[in-house]
Amino acid sequence: MVKAGNYDAPDGLYYSREHEWVKLEGKLARVGITDYAQNKLGDVVYVELPEVGKQVKQVTEQKTKEMELGAVESIKAVSAVYSPLSGAIKETNAALQERPELINTSPYNEGWICVLDASALETELKQLIDAKAYAEYLKKL
Amino acid sequence: MSYQQARWVEPLIFELSKPGRVGWTLPEKPRERINVPKELLREKLELPELSEPEVVRHYTRLSQMNYGVDSGFYPLGSCTMKYNPKVCEELAALEAANYIHPHQAEETVQGALELMYMLERCLTEIAGVARVSLQTSAGAHGEFVAMLITRAYHKSKRDDKRNQVIVPDSAHGTNPASAAMAGYDVVTVPSNARGRVDLDALKATVSERTAALMLTNPNTLGLFEDQIIEIAKVVHDAGGLLFYDGANLNGILGRTRPGDMGFDIVHFNLHKTFATPHGGGGPGAGPIGVQKELEKFLPVPLVEYDKKKGRYYFDYDRPHSIGKIKGFYGNFGVLVKAYVYLLLMGGEGLSEVTEAAVLNANYIMRKLLGVDGYELKFNPSDPCKHEVVFSAEPLKRMTGIGAHFVAKRLLDFGMHAPTYYFPPIVPEALMIEPTESESKEELDRFVEALRTIAEEAKSDPDKVCSAPTATAIGRLDEVKASRQPILSWRAYRKSAKG
Repeated sequence: MVKAGNYDAPDGLYYSREHEWVKLEGKLARVGITDYAQNKLGDVVYVELPEVGKQVKQVTEQKTKEMELGAVESIKAVSAVYSPLSGAIKETNAALQERPELINTSPYNEGWICVLDASALETELKQLIDAKAYAEYLKKL
Repeated sequence: MSYQQARWVEPLIFELSKPGRVGWTLPEKPRERINVPKELLREKLELPELSEPEVVRHYTRLSQMNYGVDSGFYPLGSCTMKYNPKVCEELAALEAANYIHPHQAEETVQGALELMYMLERCLTEIAGVARVSLQTSAGAHGEFVAMLITRAYHKSKRDDKRNQVIVPDSAHGTNPASAAMAGYDVVTVPSNARGRVDLDALKATVSERTAALMLTNPNTLGLFEDQIIEIAKVVHDAGGLLFYDGANLNGILGRTRPGDMGFDIVHFNLHKTFATPHGGGGPGAGPIGVQKELEKFLPVPLVEYDKKKGRYYFDYDRPHSIGKIKGFYGNFGVLVKAYVYLLLMGGEGLSEVTEAAVLNANYIMRKLLGVDGYELKFNPSDPCKHEVVFSAEPLKRMTGIGAHFVAKRLLDFGMHAPTYYFPPIVPEALMIEPTESESKEELDRFVEALRTIAEEAKSDPDKVCSAPTATAIGRLDEVKASRQPILSWRAYRKSAKG
């Protein structure tokens, strides 16, 4: 576990600069938002999940709709969740519909958003950073 | 300094109801029988039953527990909560304005048509556009219709590749929503370190797929987009249109015009810029203006003047129009208030409105820059326009108390909170817009309150965190309200049973 200020960033995960995490599970990738992201959002009241089967693209600086994995709504704001990898949505976390607060209480476990069947895993992983680099990145924000 | 809002233990009007109690007696038998189909008839209406004084007292008490621009300072950034002169209300309530019917023959409402005609002329002059439709009934409605006009324009050029609308990352949420409603994909363009649209990023974003760029100027940070001429050129060279969101028109009114900056479509919030009341869901008006080339797409009808006959009329004969977008001709009462305001101020007066609004915002900016706990994220040496976005991040770092708590504590000082946590590109944002209506003493009181709160956050954090305590209602459970909203009597009863 890496600490960046008050925020957790577990080792072994990959991170995007848009504050999503990726956990590799064989050929699949589990995705959620980071502790930093949930903290900045505040209490989450609604999560818009992507449709299973939807094709998404890895997020770049020029963000488009094809990179969105849905949205997280808190009492502060509605934020799009961007896909850290390209691929097809395999599964979504239905528990979030009843209990959106799982994103706040357990961002890295129970608060996962979806599982992706990644289509270009090897090349795209290079765009993501590890826990240590993510903690460094947070310090500069 | 002490403030205490009225605090009544007031039940809901449904809870005050007693069967059979009335404030009005209806004739026992209707004068005329109307044949209502049986399946539409109801036996019971389930309306509350009360006497007239009970109803009056109930709503008087509720109004005493309310807060508005008539009760105090209301620096809600981006909303321009300026004072609404009472004479505008008085004139809009006159029989000639209030008792006319949209089905009346045109020759009997010539005055009303003339007013709409003249208001349109005023707005075209203010914005630097060719024509204006007064029908659109709110700001977001104006944005949406602007996107429909954009679509009609590209379609008329048989250009069907354009499916993207660009919005800056500081834009109001209604911009991407309006674009999406009109069927466009939304592309976000980032702000640069100066808090303006990043011109290079914009250049990289525009393409043959760009339908329009939606922009406010001054932007949502209260800063003037000083590269607007270059921005307009980039968008126009790519074949897109430039839409002006009128949210911040109070920052340039009478000093410069969106049309002169290169905007093709402009919308106005009469309730922000021209002192009509904010609707709170009631009737509103968000007129929309366009340049010559787009005129033919405006909604029907437009008010025209027949010089030969010396009379005003509605022109429906506009074959390229996007059609009707609102019942009848918009919310006429709101238009009356805006027109009265325009006549009250006159051209010079409107320029002075902007001067005072900008001066007030800069006064607050300069004074608040010296207060520990608040900072500006973009060029503090730049003057702001009519609003300024501070960050309470230093205070949060020092004390753990952020913008949300500061805003709640301000209510105890008898002031409305600024907009907070918006725009999202500023952490712990406090978006302050004093408007031209306020005195120096009021502005001083506001800055003093923010200074006091910053000190309290260090010395007595519990006081700040438990605020507000001087208001009719204390801290609301916003999370519960969002997760389990109960918005009607029926839903309330259901939840109480459940």
